[in-house]
Amino acid sequence: MDFNDTAEEAKFRKEASDWLSANAEKKEHSRDVYRPAEMTGEGGESSALQDAKDWMTKKYEAGWACLHWPKEYGGRDATAIERVIWAQEESKYKVPGGFHEIGQGMAGPTMMLYATEEQKKQYLPPMAKGQEIWCQLFSEPGAGSDLAGIKTKAELDGDTWTINGQKVWTSGAHYSDYAILVTRSDFNAPKHKGLTYFFLDMKSPGIEVRPIRQITGGANFNEVYFTDVKIPDSQRLGEVGDGWKVALTTLMNERLAVGDASGVDFQEIFELTKESDFNGENAISNGGVRERLADWYCEYAGLKYTKMRNISALSRGDTPGPDASITKIVSANKLQDIANFGMDLMDNASIIKSDDKDDIRALFQGSLLGAPLIRIAGGTDEILRNIIAEQVLGMPQDVRVDKTVPFNEIPSGSKN
Amino acid sequence: MNFEFSDDQLVMKEEVRKLFEKEDSVKRNRNILEGDENFDKDLWNKVVEMGLTAITIPEEHGGIGLGFLELCVVAEEMGRAIAPIPYSSSVYLATTAIINSSNDDVKKEYLPKLAAGEMIGTFAHSEELGTPTSDNAKTTFQNGKLSGEKIAVPDGDIANLFVVSAKSGDKVGLFLVDADSKGVEVSKAECFDGSRSYANISFKDADAEIIEDSSSEAIDKLLNQAAVLFAFEQVGGAEASMNMAKEYAMGRYAFGRQIGSFQAIKHKLADMYISLTLARSNCYFGAWALGNDAPELPVAAATARVSATKAFYECSKENIQTHGGMGATWEFDCHLFYRRARLLSANIGGQSLWKDKLVSSIERSNLPQ
Repeated sequence: MDFNDTAEEAKFRKEASDWLSANAEKKEHSRDVYRPAEMTGEGGESSALQDAKDWMTKKYEAGWACLHWPKEYGGRDATAIERVIWAQEESKYKVPGGFHEIGQGMAGPTMMLYATEEQKKQYLPPMAKGQEIWCQLFSEPGAGSDLAGIKTKAELDGDTWTINGQKVWTSGAHYSDYAILVTRSDFNAPKHKGLTYFFLDMKSPGIEVRPIRQITGGANFNEVYFTDVKIPDSQRLGEVGDGWKVALTTLMNERLAVGDASGVDFQEIFELTKESDFNGENAISNGGVRERLADWYCEYAGLKYTKMRNISALSRGDTPGPDASITKIVSANKLQDIANFGMDLMDNASIIKSDDKDDIRALFQGSLLGAPLIRIAGGTDEILRNIIAEQVLGMPQDVRVDKTVPFNEIPSGSKN
Repeated sequence: MNFEFSDDQLVMKEEVRKLFEKEDSVKRNRNILEGDENFDKDLWNKVVEMGLTAITIPEEHGGIGLGFLELCVVAEEMGRAIAPIPYSSSVYLATTAIINSSNDDVKKEYLPKLAAGEMIGTFAHSEELGTPTSDNAKTTFQNGKLSGEKIAVPDGDIANLFVVSAKSGDKVGLFLVDADSKGVEVSKAECFDGSRSYANISFKDADAEIIEDSSSEAIDKLLNQAAVLFAFEQVGGAEASMNMAKEYAMGRYAFGRQIGSFQAIKHKLADMYISLTLARSNCYFGAWALGNDAPELPVAAATARVSATKAFYECSKENIQTHGGMGATWEFDCHLFYRRARLLSANIGGQSLWKDKLVSSIERSNLPQ
């Protein structure tokens, strides 16, 4: 057991670190993160978006974008462990991010498997370069965790499909250039058999994007309405009726892309308990407070070392364990509980709203409001527990009353 | 980065696991629980034959001269097998205390006997309800003689050799007493987990040798080392409990289907797996800190201990729950793990104590960065 790089890994790390130090500004401490110059957009993203695009392009031109992709599509042919090392090194710098995950992390790998060679050459390098943003048109008002229950209709006439329906919870639809889309092409087939998968231009006529204001007050999500939107059959990924299989490829990559919950963690609550007064002494002197700190530290450390075990597996060339589900369940719940407990320690002061990013109240308040979204996005706590039970422990799937029934005969409580 | 046990260590783990499976260690646990013997001598002899009592003892003292990492993988299998033998007392506690010692005479005399299984050691520490500390220790060492009352000494009626904590001047150190010495009186106590044996021990001017008397830190170090090893044992027991629950849930039918197909049961199992995974990962860091005698050991040991105690408690109690009424019978094995989980939670200090130690260690080390 050791925490050292192999000679090859050390060489790669140095190369990455040299390039980063020449091209980005190093963080002075872990909270010293990139901040956009202005926050004027509906979702607070305007200058952050362009900064993130430009940083990705800079990386792309130097060969540091989409590391594990083949070189011919804009990647570097890097190994999994090299990708981890890059992420570790890049996290030491104040760089913008957060806009390319759906394209590079989900649409890209799906295109890689199902698009034609010509399409891959056309779409993947710009995706890696980062000026084009992609979104994911999957969930619908009546189909969230039960994604295969979607009703957005796709009809084929000649070699053109016509799409009608509604999607929801689409992150970034309002600034995206392209999208991946799952539709229902056959309402008489069982639910998993009648789906067809496409990619499309978000500027296509008939697409209307309406922002959804979320619990935090921001609006990163959208409703997307389709009225007679045309998609050429050449933009279909996978066979007609085989869309579920293609969607699973995307979803498997989604679970890898969703990592730690961002917001308050052990360090923040530890510092807060050292500073805040509780009955005339520092809160950290209180036994009840210490018990909570110990529990959160064990979760914090447990996730950290689970990640290290997986990095070791990658370093050996093995497939890492399915820790992504564990990480998301534990970190999202820890975030919510720490935020709630921290505000409790601040007592009445926590009630006064703060938007000042340097005010610790803003951090705890933002985390408390953001946590419910994190527990739902990319697979709810409940769906992730199913995944652990079924895919890790090998337990039986849920009994499904709708699996073999024609889709249009399945009872539905939704008006959509 | 190589945050994993080596192939050799994993082979060793597999061998130990096979031994316990072949010997049906869980059945033997029940035999001790229900019978008059205080440990399984036959299983103990097999463990000694395999060299498992000699792992961390240097070759010059008759041992194999391997490290703590090897002991960690063995500990996990001990826990999985809920082995009814005094292994933890003799190896994690007594042997480690003597290896830590700067007294070469004690090493020369006792390590070869512990390695060969000719002697069984243990650690006599507790004196009353609650936590033993340097302030409340009443046992004293003076001029080569040790006096005091120790309670709940693990395997106290089996061991021939006691490592005893006692006050010497203003320090609390560690001392060694032979069970056959004059002035040592052992009274067997009924144990909550009847597959293991405990005793109360009275020392009256018993001859004692010094293991460490220069600082009270020797006890803290020993407990931190043992905490990592016990945490591995707890992880082994937790995993065995989770697997029992899973197997039962797959084979038991209710409402026309496997109960393991209900989310109420699946999510329970997922939570056991999460708890177990966090504990295992924390144990690995504990193993690294233990093996390298790293300055991180106090934080690493407490983290491993707290999360492994939690995992074994949760997995052993939810295993009973998953079994329904059958889980709460004497006949089913679920309670053997539930009892062992409780015993291992208390044996070197309870959960509240270790949580407090963890936060104190974090405060001292200014972790995390």
